[in-house]
Amino acid sequence: MAVNLLKRLNRRHPDDLLFKDLCRDIGPDRVSRDGASQLLYSRDGSTFPGGVPGVVCSPETTEQVISCVKAANNHNRSFVPRGAGTGLAGGAVPCDAPIVISTTKMNSILEINLEKQFAWVQPGVVNLDLTKALKGSGFHFAPDPSSQQSCTIGGNVANNSGGPHCLAYGVTNAHVLAVEVVLPDGTLVLLGNENEYASGYDLRGAFVGGEGTLGVATRIAVRLTPDPPAICTLLLDFMDVEDAAQTVSTIIASGIVPAAIEMMDQRIVNVVENFVKVGYPTDAAAVLIVEVDGLDDGVKLEVEKIEKIAMTHGARSVRVASSEEEREQIWKGRKSAFGAVAQVKPGYYLHDTVIPRTKLVDVLKSVYLIADKYELIVMNVFHAGDGNLHPLLIFDPEEKGIMERVLSAGEEIVQTSIDAGGVLSGEHGIGLEKKGFMEKFFTKDDLEAQKLLKKAFDPDERANPFKVLPSGASCGEINHLKQLPDGTWI
Amino acid sequence: MSDLEDFQKEVGVTGQVAVQGGRTHWNVGGSLGEGVRVVIPPVGIDSFDPSEMTVSVKAGTQIEDLNNELSIHRQEVGLEGPRGSTVGGALVVGRDSIRRNRIGSIRATLLQTEYINAQGKIIKAGGPTVKNVTGYDLCRLLVGSLGTLGLISQVILRTRPLPEENIWLQGETSPEKVREACFRPSSLLWNGRETFVQLEGYGPDVKSESSKLKKLGFQEQGKECPIEIPEFRHPSVSDMNLEEGVVDVYNSIHYSSREPKALKHPDEVLQLGRRMREMFDPEGRLNPNRDPYKAGP
Repeated sequence: MAVNLLKRLNRRHPDDLLFKDLCRDIGPDRVSRDGASQLLYSRDGSTFPGGVPGVVCSPETTEQVISCVKAANNHNRSFVPRGAGTGLAGGAVPCDAPIVISTTKMNSILEINLEKQFAWVQPGVVNLDLTKALKGSGFHFAPDPSSQQSCTIGGNVANNSGGPHCLAYGVTNAHVLAVEVVLPDGTLVLLGNENEYASGYDLRGAFVGGEGTLGVATRIAVRLTPDPPAICTLLLDFMDVEDAAQTVSTIIASGIVPAAIEMMDQRIVNVVENFVKVGYPTDAAAVLIVEVDGLDDGVKLEVEKIEKIAMTHGARSVRVASSEEEREQIWKGRKSAFGAVAQVKPGYYLHDTVIPRTKLVDVLKSVYLIADKYELIVMNVFHAGDGNLHPLLIFDPEEKGIMERVLSAGEEIVQTSIDAGGVLSGEHGIGLEKKGFMEKFFTKDDLEAQKLLKKAFDPDERANPFKVLPSGASCGEINHLKQLPDGTWI
Repeated sequence: MSDLEDFQKEVGVTGQVAVQGGRTHWNVGGSLGEGVRVVIPPVGIDSFDPSEMTVSVKAGTQIEDLNNELSIHRQEVGLEGPRGSTVGGALVVGRDSIRRNRIGSIRATLLQTEYINAQGKIIKAGGPTVKNVTGYDLCRLLVGSLGTLGLISQVILRTRPLPEENIWLQGETSPEKVREACFRPSSLLWNGRETFVQLEGYGPDVKSESSKLKKLGFQEQGKECPIEIPEFRHPSVSDMNLEEGVVDVYNSIHYSSREPKALKHPDEVLQLGRRMREMFDPEGRLNPNRDPYKAGP
């Protein structure tokens, strides 16, 4: 294995023969290696400034994906599957000049079965497009990451993506019934089935969240969730962050599992309000968006309960959306948050850790202190209901030495979250960003166990190399080859 | 020495071992086999925080005991089994409850586990929070593994709120009609002639949903499932002509008194599964005579 890896590393540029073979196997209009594609596919939504793609392929069929993977095997190259490239942990940043297998042209919804509540889709179908296609059917696709207008379902599968409404409905893994995968040796397998029952090892469950390091998904059967008959959205505002956090814990402890509980701190509320004018109170220390859904009576009961809990915990006001328009307004502010921060500084680094809900106040206090220490602006907008923090560090990338400060602050935030009993990532994944932190959370033996899973799927380490697990040896050689993006943790 | 270390020592580093829970599914996927040492995981609830909706519990704990403790705070876990079933046993058998719509799938219930691997080391997989994508998801692999990849000693589980109200209804209207009329009933069973529906949730919701069903000819049957569910599980197909047994409509399972034939799996899937097992247990120490691919649905 190590010999194979080194052989591949010693290859500095994609060779002509590989390009020629790929053109022959999947058609020249689906293969590129020009400057524009090299630049476009050199990075994703993360802060990593750029990897080195080899040949970029845009297959349209499962057979063409198999051809790409077989070409990687024949030419002893690695490959990286890629959706829309919206990932924030560097999972799609190409390391080791791999064949980039972009699935964006595999964007057909293949089957919608309302009776059995599933749909088969190709991996390049955009998340929101599936829900749009289902409009009026009484069903939707539940995972709703902030990037849902552009991210693909294949990418959601790779990252086991979440979103605000995963509090009640669960993250992507709970919504994938089966996945057709081209394994890294080119074998096609179907993991899971359209029905709910399991049989044999849950390889489907193991594949979801594999960050493209276990193979390429070519067809996915997703669960369709019935639209709730009633939905109600509340906007609660607090003069003290602690009261808001306590409200979150008390709502959950009272036996309510809302569809979503989002928290925004004063800084982000101000920026958002200035940007989209949705009526958020700009003098509040924190704002909670709580959404409950279900049957009419239960929703009414839960709204009453939540109002009471909020008022007992010092809420200044409780606004209950009285129309669909008002509900959309409340959500619009939340969904515009990341765009809105550009008013302050041109760049941001979005973190993603999870902590026990009961530690929200302490960890938030630490996050502010860490940002102050590194002279950075931090804003918090996050999935409070499941303790999934998203501190946004806002900065000007042109400022000298800024990235060092941003990365150091990030590491301290991760450490603080782990010390509070939390985990490295709730929905963005590990990718390149956090592989260097894995040993903060797992022992060497734990990581060895995870490596076994990877080896069973990908014994030659051909799929999306250098991601998820710390690599151990040979980092000197890798850095020497300069085929890894700057700032990569090896 | 802690319970976990005792268990680790018991598993040891050599010899074939099988883990024993409540023996309620003892022959699923194969039998014990000769010369295999039986080990018993530790018992006890370590910590439960109702506002986190998670509980840390040892694998040998009986599900009934765990749910009794959780019910004090009006919560429960998404595990079910006959009397005597243990937490670890239910997880490694990995079968969803007929109430999956309400309590979630068993795979989503396991957040973190500590298990003893084939080399006798304690390994942690997953994480303690309700949301987590830190590294490869070994927890998914362990659920339904029949103890062939590692022996689960301790787990952190997600809990769910207990429903305020629970009733079963019985009627002759088809399950499809029930799905159209009701929003996510907890359970939906069909015996070829009659449909059985379990409604759980807030009192007023259960009342309004049950009145819809009563208009379709359903009658209330109390809090217990009104039909006996046979032991063996088969995959159900939607156009089947049901002569005996009960279909769990949401989970596509046909419960029957007839022993099931082994399910067929494509060679490529079996090969990948075999590779996985060889990786985790190269010497074939762990539950050597059991095979998840022979366990049925």
